[in-house]
Amino acid sequence: MNHRMIIPAALLALLLAVGCREPLDREHVVDFWGMGREGEVVEQLLPEFRRRHPDISVQVQQIPWSAAHEKLLTAFVGDAMPDVFQIGNTWLPEFVALGAVQPIEPLVARSTIVVRNDYFAGVLDTNIIGGALHAVPWYVDTRLLFYRTDLVAAAGSDEPPRTWETWIETMERIRQRTGRYGILLPVRDWYAPVILAFQLGADLLRDDDQYGNFQSPAFRKAFAFYIDLFRRGLTPRAAEAQVANLYQDFADGYFAFLVTGPWNIGEFGRRLPAAVQDRWSTAPFPAPDARYPGVSVAGGASLAISRRSRQPAAAWALVEYLSEPPQQVEFYRLTGDLPARRSAWENPSLRGNPYAQAFWVQLQSVRALPKIPEWERVATMITQYVERTVRGDLSIDDALAGLDREVDAILAKRRWLMHRAARAAADRGSR
Amino acid sequence: MRNPGRLPTGPGPWFAVPALAVIAAFFFVPVAAALVLSVTDFDIYAIADPDTLRFVGLDNYLRLLREPRFRTALTNTLYFVGVGGPLSIGVSLGAAVLVNARLVRFKGMFRTVFFLPVVTTLVAAAVVWRYLYHPRHGLLNYGLAWLGVAPIDWLGDPAWAMPAIILMAVWKNFGFNMIIFVAGLQSIPEHLYEAARMDGAGFGEQFRRITLPLLGPTMFFVSVMTMIGYFQVFAEPYVMTQGGPADSTLSIVLLMYEEGFRWWNLGFAAAVAFVLFAIILAATVVQLRWARAEFGPASAADRRAGGVA
Repeated sequence: MNHRMIIPAALLALLLAVGCREPLDREHVVDFWGMGREGEVVEQLLPEFRRRHPDISVQVQQIPWSAAHEKLLTAFVGDAMPDVFQIGNTWLPEFVALGAVQPIEPLVARSTIVVRNDYFAGVLDTNIIGGALHAVPWYVDTRLLFYRTDLVAAAGSDEPPRTWETWIETMERIRQRTGRYGILLPVRDWYAPVILAFQLGADLLRDDDQYGNFQSPAFRKAFAFYIDLFRRGLTPRAAEAQVANLYQDFADGYFAFLVTGPWNIGEFGRRLPAAVQDRWSTAPFPAPDARYPGVSVAGGASLAISRRSRQPAAAWALVEYLSEPPQQVEFYRLTGDLPARRSAWENPSLRGNPYAQAFWVQLQSVRALPKIPEWERVATMITQYVERTVRGDLSIDDALAGLDREVDAILAKRRWLMHRAARAAADRGSR
Repeated sequence: MRNPGRLPTGPGPWFAVPALAVIAAFFFVPVAAALVLSVTDFDIYAIADPDTLRFVGLDNYLRLLREPRFRTALTNTLYFVGVGGPLSIGVSLGAAVLVNARLVRFKGMFRTVFFLPVVTTLVAAAVVWRYLYHPRHGLLNYGLAWLGVAPIDWLGDPAWAMPAIILMAVWKNFGFNMIIFVAGLQSIPEHLYEAARMDGAGFGEQFRRITLPLLGPTMFFVSVMTMIGYFQVFAEPYVMTQGGPADSTLSIVLLMYEEGFRWWNLGFAAAVAFVLFAIILAATVVQLRWARAEFGPASAADRRAGGVA
């Protein structure tokens, strides 16, 4: 070749030599995907892990929640799943059905760090699918009442309501005496109606989650109670576009109660003006009867290991590390996310936090949502029917019948698959 | 021409093969795959286990036509195209005429300013517009209150949500068509206007008799492109209202996105895509026929002008 090709050829050879360097044998690279604020903050927990495991290198990638579901699915389809990833508890059934998650029951059984009994029972239950544990809860989430203590005091109560009856009475009195709304309920939301249904013991789906059960007496009663809050004018009809000014409206005392989760402990502390800081508090949900507190939903996120992970041992080491009580406490300090392990709650920063104490009480009474891959779709359907009923487009009976019909249609493929599996099992049995 | 009527031979066509291969790989193959998808019930289970895939024939299409949400999406999209399209073209034309007027100075600056919304990021613009539309703290309702009008719940009232989206979409996109109209206006000879003014024609007459007819082909191009784009409206409702309130801003592409990428019913979503394609094709063919009649050889315009027939 002529002399003009020597330099480019040499550069190319150098590039190939450098680019094809073999990774250091002793280095295990664990890819970790964290979502939202948790993804931003987890890097700060890792120096201690690196000190203990110098041969494991953790690459953290941060994914916003709005894109997380799609990214995980796309990664699964493209066989580019991370080794360890954070996953919302309501998404776990979907990824288990896909076969994307490694069952970790044997790993947990052998582990001295991840102790099953130390987790909130209702929250651990969300990770048990098909009888086996598939992920380890990282932090917990539930919904309860945040409220303005001064408005409740103006209604003549010195403590938050413990039953549905006193709750309605308090909100009515707030409206009469101060002219403010009792509660802010978004028109497009499924959390509150589902929580109320759980408190009445309603099952959202029946027959092993194959059919909708929305016309059952318990769900009907809960739904009617929820719609009634709108009809009585106890809540402004807030569209999603207006929730951006939530903190300003709460500071103004536009409404007294709010159903929301633990991230708002920190947000309220940061965003509410100083004058309002001593005028709000949290309280567990009132119950329809005397069994306080009322049940709420078990949420939060867990740590899962991908089934096709090439570093399962290193991945499990990372999961164990993040599940240690001291790391859970540190994580709480960084994000305000409540620890999933009960022993972590003994730390003074949680014991001494009056807002977190309501969550401690509530987390003892939480229930898991239906563990089916179609849950997100069913939840969206509930949202749509709630919205249409609140707007008066549908009567309650029509709404519940429509909801049953549409949810039955959503679950059609699930029924077909279960039917097919049952037939296959019967065939095998009869041979 | 050596072989009239026969396919071109020689080395020439082979130079087009790489380009054709790319088009085939990235256009025809995916479209064919989508067609195949649309006759199956591909969903999340099929991603995990292709065994669960079933061939369902035209079932997706039939379900689509029966689905109330699709009818809602179609109505909303037609509303958007029918109202937003002419409004957008009208505003663009008005802006182009203003920017092109003889007496205006700093034409370049005005063109840039009117074009700026086109290049802004939609999400950032949507955040600002959501604040403008806020029923209690927003600037629009503040202005309305000044005029004595009761506050409107722009993004929360199903009757006003689509007008709000249309307004924002028109603001965002009018600059693009304005530039095209400016080019069209500048190709109209100035002496026609001078002659009209000498004959005593006012601005309105000049506009109707000179500007509009001579802008015919430009208008046709703009209207077809705008219509095709507006039938596929997705970003504005997705960012502003997520299809709400009460599905009043649900568009066909938004429905397709939800079905295909939120719920992974790719079979059903592919069917929606083909139905949308058929609708846009039909609407474009109608416009093409009209344009050929108006502007083509032996056209209606020629006959009106008493020209060659």
